[in-house]
Amino acid sequence: MRRVAGLLASVALTLLGLLLVTFLIGRVVPIDPVLAAVGDRANAETYERMRQELGLDLPLWQQFGLYVADVVRGDLGTSVLTSRPVLEDVARVFPATLELATAAVVIGVVLGIPAGVMAAVHRGRWPDHLVRVLGLVGYSVPVFWLGLVGLLLFYAKLDWAPGPGRLDVFYDGLVDPVTGILTVDALLAGETEIFWNALSHLVLPASILGYFSIAYISRMTRSFMLDQLRQEYITTARVKGLSEARVVWRHALGNIAVPLITVVALSYATLLEGSVLTETVFAWPGLGQYITNSLLSADMNAVLGGTLVVGAVFIGLNLLSDLLYRLLDPRARR
Amino acid sequence: MDKFARNLMGAAFVALAVAGTGVGAGTQALADTPKDALVMAWQFDDIISLDPAEIFELSGAEYGAQVYERLISYDVNDVSKILPGLAESWEVSGDGKTYTFKIRDGVEFHSGNALTAEDAAYSLRRAVKLNKSPAFILTQFGFTKDNVDQKVRATDARTLVMETDQAYAPTFVLYCLTAGVASIVDSKLVQQNEKDGDFGTNWLKTNSAGSGPFKLRQWKASEMLMLDAYPGYWQGGPAMKRVIIRHIPEPATQRLLLEKGDVDVARNLKPEQFEPLRASKDIRLVEAPKGTLWYISLNQKNEILAKPEVRKAMRYLVDYDALRGSIMNGLGTVHQAFLPKGFLGAVEDKPFKYDPAKARELLAAAGYPDGFTVTMDVRNTSPTMDIAQTIQASAAAAGVKIELLPMDGKQALTKYRARNQDIYIGQWGPDYQDPHTNAETFASNPNNADDGASKTLAWRNAWDIPELTKKTASAVLERDASKRAETYRELQKTVMEDSPFVVMFQQVEVPAVRTNVEGLVWGPSFDTNLYRLATKK
Repeated sequence: MRRVAGLLASVALTLLGLLLVTFLIGRVVPIDPVLAAVGDRANAETYERMRQELGLDLPLWQQFGLYVADVVRGDLGTSVLTSRPVLEDVARVFPATLELATAAVVIGVVLGIPAGVMAAVHRGRWPDHLVRVLGLVGYSVPVFWLGLVGLLLFYAKLDWAPGPGRLDVFYDGLVDPVTGILTVDALLAGETEIFWNALSHLVLPASILGYFSIAYISRMTRSFMLDQLRQEYITTARVKGLSEARVVWRHALGNIAVPLITVVALSYATLLEGSVLTETVFAWPGLGQYITNSLLSADMNAVLGGTLVVGAVFIGLNLLSDLLYRLLDPRARR
Repeated sequence: MDKFARNLMGAAFVALAVAGTGVGAGTQALADTPKDALVMAWQFDDIISLDPAEIFELSGAEYGAQVYERLISYDVNDVSKILPGLAESWEVSGDGKTYTFKIRDGVEFHSGNALTAEDAAYSLRRAVKLNKSPAFILTQFGFTKDNVDQKVRATDARTLVMETDQAYAPTFVLYCLTAGVASIVDSKLVQQNEKDGDFGTNWLKTNSAGSGPFKLRQWKASEMLMLDAYPGYWQGGPAMKRVIIRHIPEPATQRLLLEKGDVDVARNLKPEQFEPLRASKDIRLVEAPKGTLWYISLNQKNEILAKPEVRKAMRYLVDYDALRGSIMNGLGTVHQAFLPKGFLGAVEDKPFKYDPAKARELLAAAGYPDGFTVTMDVRNTSPTMDIAQTIQASAAAAGVKIELLPMDGKQALTKYRARNQDIYIGQWGPDYQDPHTNAETFASNPNNADDGASKTLAWRNAWDIPELTKKTASAVLERDASKRAETYRELQKTVMEDSPFVVMFQQVEVPAVRTNVEGLVWGPSFDTNLYRLATKK
């Protein structure tokens, strides 16, 4: 019990630290938030009124204190850009990012783990090199470039994939947003046509984003796997005459499942926040695009709120993988 | 990347696309937009509000023009012609202070409510009392939240009376009434949605209450804007049943969508994308001159830049023609006066050309035979950055070393308004269609103190001009239109010859439109881009 309390306290402190840093960055950025709210041509009176409305006439520590007090009450303030509560805004855009990142992580797991296993088993031979080259490209090529090339090839040239956005325009707004995840909402509404359309729009951006997590997941899988293949129990299993496939896929992979969960969770968290550029190229209205827009318009409440949500998700996933690790790995419970 | 790696990547992509979802080759993506809908790709993330009393951004103004109407309008092909709008006629009293408008009969709002003089009075009062950014366009006639109920009133269902505090030039008053802030809203509907005395502004931010050819269906900030046709529009319902505008931030993505026929119009293509499109038989590039000016300005707080010869020399260090041909490439025409072409009294002379030798003479006379070093604040966007780099190169020919400081647009503006820049490069667009809007900012600076309330462009460059300020103020009281135009011509020539402002170009908007779309109107300002007459083959 004490450990849980300690854990929660450290989580709260981490979030508070995150808030403080983001808040201070927002205050030292040489951008006038009042200007962002009222535009360049407001008269002095309008300007001053907005300054007070935003609470910018108070001392800095007081502004921060008020902000934290609001956050604790679940109020992230109002966005200057959309004039809606930031919490509502984030709730509206987050599902789009969740959908994209989830699809990407599924692709990352389905292709990344086998690729890593193959690389480890055939260490130093062509499958290993192939996975390494693909991984290297995944690490070094900027995602927006890859995204544009993907669009050019699969959408413009080959017509295999639909264009940017989450749906073809004429389907927009036909399904009630229940979860905000379009594929799920379409199924809930029984609109199969819209479901397929939303899914087809998801393929390309999720593949591009997934490619980057394949690179990471396959590399980690390979090194875990190499570790296992050197262990005595593997030799024993082989001596006992088990088939190579069984040795690799059952015994070795079973033993690295737990550290892999951590890797997948972390890569998921990275995808959730790292989709900014992908979202820009594919005009995908998610959290990444929201935070980018807010930053560019000095919409501080929105930036802080968005950052807080990303931070909370990151910490949450970390915590989850930690707990799973303890739960699943007997050695961790000693 | 070598070929091997490229092939590998391609292979990986196909594998991903197929494995990822089981959707493989052969699923044809739907192309072509529906026949009765207009689809546009546009960067419209600057929209803050959809309430016409608050809209003060370019894309917001364009939205307002489709959904709301004003009492007065003007001819998009000849801005000097003022036309009736919701007011079918008007009279100005002998003392020049009372305007009486006859409201058109039989106009209905989208809600079915009849549009009356009461709605017009309510709308103007509402804009003044809300006092948002564009409210000054109305309050400059002496309206305040305390007196506007007496000054603007409906005497019967079809008569609106408006009393100004001084005998202004009628053209000035009427042009201001063509601005978005003077849009007429459905007073009954807005009042039904009022909360805590907010004049319904929170509701209007995401809903519409207008009488224009379209009504708002849906707005998702930085995502999409959807309009539905209003069949009962008094000048006839639009052919397009729906207009869908998608926020597509990336120009390359916009071009792809346009070429595929997934959108009908792309609004933010870059000059380097024009050439390949000019050859396309499916796509037409439209060139629509806008009122926005590109200029550089010299902060007079910098003692070097404050010397008249230096100000003059800078005019000869911009290579206008080279810039127009290369970087602007259709996005601008050379223009050197502070009133854009198409405004009352606009001067079209272009006395300055690139002439480094002449600039050197002037600099030597000022005591800088070897030039000097200054900084220039530049927004890190295209084409601003490219223009700045070209100016940097052409000014170096006379020994003027310009260090470029790239920064975010909001940051540049913050610094500019604090008067901490040396040279600023930027754009200025008129707030309404009357010459006073630009005269007031380029040629008027009522208080040059650091805490001066009126942050005109003259103030931002610390240019102290009591005489010109007086002259600018007198021009709005000149009731004879031709005399008034003459005053503006004089003001422009003074500013052109000797001021901190080097006006370079007038912006041209270049929307790319698929050839099966016709009838879109691209007027001289963003709120005269109109979708009502658009048709699709």
